This record gives sequence, structure tokens and C-alpha cells, in this order.
Amino acid sequence: MIHILVHDKKDTVGVAVIEGIKAGQEMIGWVMEDDSTIKVKAINDIPIGHKAALREIKKGDTIIKYGFDIGKAVADIKLGEHAHVHNIKTKRW
Amino acid sequence: MINSKTTFKGYRRENGRVGVRNHVIILPVDDLSNAAAEAVANNVKGAIAIPHPYGRLQFGADLDLHFRTIIGAGANPNVAAVVVICIEEGWAKKVVDGIAKTGKPVTGFGIELHGDHDTILRASKVAKEYVQWASELQREECPISDLWVSTKCGESDTTSGCGSNPTVGSAFDKLEPLGVTMCFGETTEITGGENIVADRCATPEVRKEFMRMFDRYQEIVEKHKTSDLSDSQPTKGNIAGGLTTIEEKALGNIQKIGKKCKVIGVLDKAEEPTKPGLWFMDSSSAAAEMVTLCAASGYVVHLFPTGQGNVIGNPIIPVVKLTANPRTVRTMSEHVDYDCSGLLQREKNLEQTGDELIDVMLRTCNGRLTAAEALGHREFVLTRLYESA
Repeated sequence: MIHILVHDKKDTVGVAVIEGIKAGQEMIGWVMEDDSTIKVKAINDIPIGHKAALREIKKGDTIIKYGFDIGKAVADIKLGEHAHVHNIKTKRW
Repeated sequence: MINSKTTFKGYRRENGRVGVRNHVIILPVDDLSNAAAEAVANNVKGAIAIPHPYGRLQFGADLDLHFRTIIGAGANPNVAAVVVICIEEGWAKKVVDGIAKTGKPVTGFGIELHGDHDTILRASKVAKEYVQWASELQREECPISDLWVSTKCGESDTTSGCGSNPTVGSAFDKLEPLGVTMCFGETTEITGGENIVADRCATPEVRKEFMRMFDRYQEIVEKHKTSDLSDSQPTKGNIAGGLTTIEEKALGNIQKIGKKCKVIGVLDKAEEPTKPGLWFMDSSSAAAEMVTLCAASGYVVHLFPTGQGNVIGNPIIPVVKLTANPRTVRTMSEHVDYDCSGLLQREKNLEQTGDELIDVMLRTCNGRLTAAEALGHREFVLTRLYESA
């Protein structure tokens, strides 16, 4: 069972690909780039499609997904924490 | 697996283009003519009215786009014959003349000096002849290189970038070497991935044209925005699905152009491409607007990846919907033509899902109704550039 999907080894966030991930649960992650597996403990419930942090992220850090810049952290984000609009914003517009 | 010998069964039209549907459409040029068009389609079974809200007091580039879209819809090879209805006879003739260049049967009617009743009577008689004539046309084997395929995603979420969009990309990488004509667009939804698309442009000239279109659209956003667009791009639905920023959405979006396809040229809205390969169309990112523009450009089948579950269809071109989101498959199955959620559990790879999507697309081209067709989705939405005069 794969819980989270990671596009690129450089990515700092991964996507929940099954429903019902609960806080405290160990998530198995598939890194598509090199077909490796990682494990991360969820700090919050992670709805399907939503992201979890794959490392400790500081406010102001660039968020990496697909190996590219997708915006900046506007709050500190812990490893395994739900990462979304409450703690990440665009750098555009 | 497809190759250069792969065929599909289509309708070869008078101008040599091949359609995958055999519609007789009742095409209003303006909002005022919708009632008459719908009455004709009600009188003649098998005819489709295509109502829309515009066409009066537009001017300049906005009017040009209106005519290009209306004429393009009628000229599309999925359409066998057209009845045009307009409040004024002069503009009916303009649209008829545009569509007639394809060689297909087309007749126009002006409502002024006649009224709805007389117009509906005369137009219904012509529509009945067209429907009976079209019903005898036969599908024939056509090489896959006769196919024109467009794509645009909608109600995207993070599973779109992981699964359904790269599945379209895999299909495009397989179709491009076979001489298929393809397009993508959604100019604002490339924001954050524009350099990746620019690097895929076949020549420096195409790259320059693409960046000109991209920059122009960014200026429109900057000029009109009243906030940071965080409720519009990504949309509320995108955010509910887990997409956080426009950059994340864009990087997922451009998975649709695969890993190998080169962008061989750029198109203005509803402009017809001139050769096979992948084209970029400067276009809205709103689903029905973009699909309507693709139909007007002459594309005959559309691949539409969705995450949270967009329900779109189009009256001219079949819209094949695919999703990788297992919750959408579970809750909205009647809208899903192809389920590629197995990708997210490593049960399938992109090679397989690309092949399977092409198979569903070819079955659709051969006549299988899409979910949207079976459910009666016929969203026909015209792009407006600015206020009416």
C-alpha cells in the first residue's frame, strides 16, 4: 500500500494518494524518480490529494515539488505535517 | 499498441478532413436566434441546437473571434451539415459563406422581416433534409494521421499531476510520431512552468511567440486582479483537492504534453493549425471555453483529465474524461470514461495507461458515446475579449 507519492528526490512535500490517512500513522511513500520508498509519520490527518512535508521546513523556505519551485512557506512546517494554503503561498501574482 | 498502420472509422468530409461524429447542427449567430434554433432542433429529430449568449454589438478583435468560433464550430468535420439562424440576414450569410468553404451543406436564415414562425418553418424543412441526407453517410477506415486531438484538464487536484495528466502526456508522446495533429493551451495555468514549455518549443521563433502570448496574459491578470487570485487560480475546487499554488497547478498541468513532444507552433484562439504535431493555443483556462475553442479550431476529439471530477461535455466534439483520483472514480463514476487510478498504487505505469487511454479514445472515435455525450452535456461557451459597443 502506497500512502504518499513523491515525484522527485528533491521534493520537500509528498501527495496523499489514499483516503483516510490519520494523525500518528506511518505513511509509506513512493519516490517516482528513482522508484525508492520512504517512510514518514503523519502529524495531522492528511486528506487524499493533500500534501505532507517530507522534512523540517522553515518559514520563507522554497517548497519543491516535481523538482521545481511551487511557492514559499509562510509558517514553519514540521516533518509529516499537513502542508497546504495555511502554510504555503504562491510567489506569483 | 498503435503504429502507423492504426486506423479508426471516421466520416471523410468534402474538404478531406475526417470527423468522428455526424452532427447536423442548428447554429444561432446571436443570442436572439437561440429560441428559433431550439425550436428547429425540437422539430427535427437528430438535429442539435447550439445556443449561446453572445453575438450582438461586439466589435474589433472580439467580433472577429466570435465569427471565427461560430464559423469554426460549423466547419468542424464532426459536423455533416449546418443550418445557420441570425436576427439579420447579412451576418447569417457571412457565417454561411465561412462554413461553405469546407464544401459541406449549409443554409442560413435571417429572422428580420419574417419572424420566428416563418423562419422556424423554413429552417425546419432544410434541417429535415440535412438529417436524412447525413443519416446515409458511412464511416470509413482512416489512418490515425487523420486525427486531430486536443487536451485541457479541469477540476484538477494533485492526482491530476501524478496520474491523469501524465497519462495524456504518454498518449501524446505516442501519437506525435504518427502524424496526429494535437493541441494544448490554458495560458494562465502555465504560470510557474512557462520556462519548461518554452524549452520544449521546436524553434527560437516559436519560443518567442509562446513567451509573447504568456507575457500578454500575465499583463491582463496584473491589470484586472483585485487580489492575489488565490480564490481563482487555483480554484476553490483545486484547493479542496490539495493544490496549493498556481505554480504547483501549472507543473501538474503541463504533464499533459508528455516528455518528448515538441511545440511546433502557436495558435490564436479558434485558429486552425496548418500541419501535424503539437500546437499551443493561447486560451482561457476555463474548461468549456477552451474545449469550445478547440472545436472551433477543427479538433475532433478531446482528452480531458480531471481530479475532483469535472462533468464537461461539448456539442461538437466528444470529451473523453479520465481521472487518477480513486475517490472521484468511487463517487462520480458516471462521468469517468477512463480510470487510471492504478498508477498511484504502482499497479500500472504510464506506458500502459497511455496505451489504454488511446484505446478508449479510438473506440470513442469509432462511435462509442462518451459519458458526457450519454449524459447530455453540451457546454458551448464563447470567449469574450472585452465589453460590447
